[in-house]
Amino acid sequence: MTSQGTYSITRRSALAGLAAGSAALAMPALVRAQGESIRIGFPTPLTGPFAAEAKDQVKSAELAVKLVNDKGGIAGRKVELLVRDDKLNAGEAATRTLELIEKDKVHAVVGALSSAVQLAVNEVTRARGVIYVSISQSDTINEVKDFSRFTFHEALNPHMTTAAVAKHTFKPGSKIAYLVADYAYGHEMLRGFKRAQAAIGATSVGEILHPFGAADYSTFMPQLRAMRPDILCICNFGRDQANAIKQAVDFGMNRQSKIVVPVLLHNQRLAVGPEAFEGVVGGANYYWGLEDTIPSAKAFNDAFKAANGGAYPTDYGAYGFTGVSSLLLAMAAAGGPDTDKVVAALEKLQYDVAKGPQHYRACDHQSVQSVLVLESKKKAEMKNEADLFKILAIEPAAESILRTCSELGFPA
Amino acid sequence: MDAELIAMQLFSGVALGAIMIMVALGLSIIFGMLGVVNFAHGALFMVGAYAGLWIASLTGSFWWGLLIAPLAVGALGMLIERVLIRPLYKRSVDDPLLLTFGLGYVLVEAVRILFGSDGIPFPTPPQLAGVADLGIGFFPIYRLFVVGVVALTLLLLWLGLEKTKFGLIVRAGAKDPQIMRVLGVDIATVWLLVFGLGVALTALGGVLAAPMRNVNPEMGSLVLAEAFVVTVIGGMGSLVGAVVAGLLVGVAISMTALFAPEMATIVMFALMALVLLVRPQGLFGKPTRA
Amino acid sequence: MTASTSSIASVMAGPAGHRGWRARLAAWRVPLSILALCLLPWLLPSNALAVNVLVYGLLAVGYNLLFGYTGLLSFGHAAFFGAGAYVTGIAIGRFGVPWFAALLLGVAAGAALAFVIGLLSIRTRGIYFSMVTLALSQLVYYTALQASSWTGGENGLRGFTVAKLDILGWSIDFLDPIKKYYVLMVFAAAALWLVSRILNSPFGAVIEAIRENETRARACGYDVERTKLIAFTLSGLICALAGTLFALHLAIVPLDILHYQTSGMIVMMTLLGGAGSFFGPFVGALAFLLMEDVVSLWTSHWQIVVGTVFILFVLFLPKGIWGTLIAWRADR
Repeated sequence: MTSQGTYSITRRSALAGLAAGSAALAMPALVRAQGESIRIGFPTPLTGPFAAEAKDQVKSAELAVKLVNDKGGIAGRKVELLVRDDKLNAGEAATRTLELIEKDKVHAVVGALSSAVQLAVNEVTRARGVIYVSISQSDTINEVKDFSRFTFHEALNPHMTTAAVAKHTFKPGSKIAYLVADYAYGHEMLRGFKRAQAAIGATSVGEILHPFGAADYSTFMPQLRAMRPDILCICNFGRDQANAIKQAVDFGMNRQSKIVVPVLLHNQRLAVGPEAFEGVVGGANYYWGLEDTIPSAKAFNDAFKAANGGAYPTDYGAYGFTGVSSLLLAMAAAGGPDTDKVVAALEKLQYDVAKGPQHYRACDHQSVQSVLVLESKKKAEMKNEADLFKILAIEPAAESILRTCSELGFPA
Repeated sequence: MDAELIAMQLFSGVALGAIMIMVALGLSIIFGMLGVVNFAHGALFMVGAYAGLWIASLTGSFWWGLLIAPLAVGALGMLIERVLIRPLYKRSVDDPLLLTFGLGYVLVEAVRILFGSDGIPFPTPPQLAGVADLGIGFFPIYRLFVVGVVALTLLLLWLGLEKTKFGLIVRAGAKDPQIMRVLGVDIATVWLLVFGLGVALTALGGVLAAPMRNVNPEMGSLVLAEAFVVTVIGGMGSLVGAVVAGLLVGVAISMTALFAPEMATIVMFALMALVLLVRPQGLFGKPTRA
Repeated sequence: MTASTSSIASVMAGPAGHRGWRARLAAWRVPLSILALCLLPWLLPSNALAVNVLVYGLLAVGYNLLFGYTGLLSFGHAAFFGAGAYVTGIAIGRFGVPWFAALLLGVAAGAALAFVIGLLSIRTRGIYFSMVTLALSQLVYYTALQASSWTGGENGLRGFTVAKLDILGWSIDFLDPIKKYYVLMVFAAAALWLVSRILNSPFGAVIEAIRENETRARACGYDVERTKLIAFTLSGLICALAGTLFALHLAIVPLDILHYQTSGMIVMMTLLGGAGSFFGPFVGALAFLLMEDVVSLWTSHWQIVVGTVFILFVLFLPKGIWGTLIAWRADR
């Protein structure tokens, strides 16, 4: 017999689900856009597997808007956030973005979580000269093909996270095996890790591509075990990552190898539990534990907790905050929502709103920022329910961890 | 590429097929008897996993979840048959298919409302944690347990169908429901029970899969696709077919994982398309009536 | 779900009075549809929604040709919708083909794919037909996912925004939502006219005969297989046109449009409006999208509402919105 509470759906999480459900039901129809307000569109996947991340994004974005409005708005105008459900579907996202631009006449768009959705939103906004601050991780959007002067990328990209994670886990001579989701984002993560691997002097003992969205990874495990790696690099995201890690641990992979991932997600770790994730190392844009060393993180945590009944902000949630905040700071500097002026202000902006200094690089508008390297804690080490990770290192904000402008296809 | 690895790969294919068999069996039984293509089958698999988790969290034991959840979800299945599907028997074969398609949406969303959209952890029962040395390599003990449970279920099912009166009625009813009615068999009750049985099987699959894959509201959609593939390859309505095709698909996936891993999902649909084109009724299916 | 209300047989069988208004409705169905489409952007909350109704309505009309009129439940029509969209997008983005030629290429590619899939699947019957179409369309989905250098894979196809349309010397601002709507509407209207002609032709009578009783149709000397294949290809062609319009409208092609859930959505829309009726599919697309649009503003759990409504329709209104209205009017 297992001890009480091991299988904890816990009434709390069930109740939280119920509460979220009824809150959503009770949500009033969207407030009509006021003529005088500054309107920001915010597509995010409120339905689907990343709903938890999306809700955190919305809460944080709303917080950013509230903080500005409390101080009187921008140039005397209130800021309004128009949240739309993109359903994690690129076509839906493009449609919603068209509506936001054509009907709601938004001044800028912030948002998206999946790479495909972000690229779809970007295609719509750039054709119409609307500023878009993407908060979805991707290397593709930095490249010249998808870039426009209206496109800003607030999120980290796989190149940055893999570089930081590799730096703190790979050693000269380490044997590394890769399990990679077979789609653009997976390939981007693999490319980043392999570049770091070569620089550090580690060796690859094998790469296995798995179909995107697979639920079972057992058929890959015997091969991975046979490779006898020191480090198993799992290059996928979300549910794929959760299942792959859990099954790797079931097969005892964690006993012979260290498991490393490009991105550790707060909510995925909650969804899988501490046992499977114990000792897994990965990158992140934000973790609330930053508050011990960074004052802006402390301020963000406090404001977020005050506004959300003591809940801690998460990684993707923080993107909602930093993304909207940077845009609003630029609008304030530009004295209003005029697109050309705001673009110029964003390009000049130096901001520190939650995680230390950040700025947008001139050529590709990538936000240059720190990358956190986190390790998932043992259950016994957790001080509270949100105490999930140990910060192993903070890779400081520097353009040197980005791909060069010429590599991305920008003219020198 | 040594022999041990290939043997290990074959074995993990069989273990993978075991879960598919559980889901496909239910789908196949329901189609064979009732002529209903149950598009909510994947959602019921997911409901089974959540029910198992819920019962395990109430009782503190995985074993109660494993035992009670399939029965509870099977009862839900009977309710669905009685209220939603029975009115459609007189209509075209497409109607139950379409209804269950809508039902799948409702079940997934209902679970999201009750338990939230994120997944919930479902730890491996501690008695079954760890790996076993099979001589050819290491394999999780829990997965060996799953293979055992599936084998046991198949044995019981076979005994039930071959050795009991109910089994006789079911087998005869699948061949010709009209005759059964003439003979005074209460076919409506038989169908009710068969639907419940099919749903209970997929729910059992859901509980068994949960400690391997965690639970989330979308976990049924991929499983549904797999189960369709297995059922169609085996021949819709054929139980032997479901078992053979489940193993075949499992091994096909594991072998593809060895030689062209990124193709591991596509191979399933390619196999299905191939079988259908060569033998439209599936490997063990009866030829279609005009 | 082979609603026979609007089949020729039952129209003929109806009392003279009914036959009168129904015949008039049938005669005016193309102009009436076009009139409704012209008004659409002014009645709906947004232009983007109006274009979606146009595109998905046309998709459902194409699907209805096969499902409603020929009686074949395909679960793979996402493939033709997607083929039209991808080929148009690739033609414009990669080869710089003018938009109109790209549109024709997309339609041709979708029809060709429909011909091939039709050839392989019409040999099977009943539920097996649904399964073969499902399997083959999933193969198309995974092929598009793997061929990412052509399709953009999971990231979707982009980089083919058409900002200006040049038509016979005019230059139309294609980013202007209203102008875009009416340009796309011209193609949808032409397709509706084509479908109406097909249904009125002897071929239209044959496919309905196959739906009502395949054995009898065969006994009457009709080449059932050939007729089904033609119906399948025509249906795919219309769906591919919807796909090309979708691509021109959004300027992206998301991979999801090839997924079997898109096929499921097409079936739901057709059924909701009324399979086997001329106006039904458009009514269904309108109802489905409006419901999704309105409900998803109100709650993120819109799927439970959509699913429940769909279940209720299957149970109580199998003729769909339009079919039920017609039947109700006829009973009075």
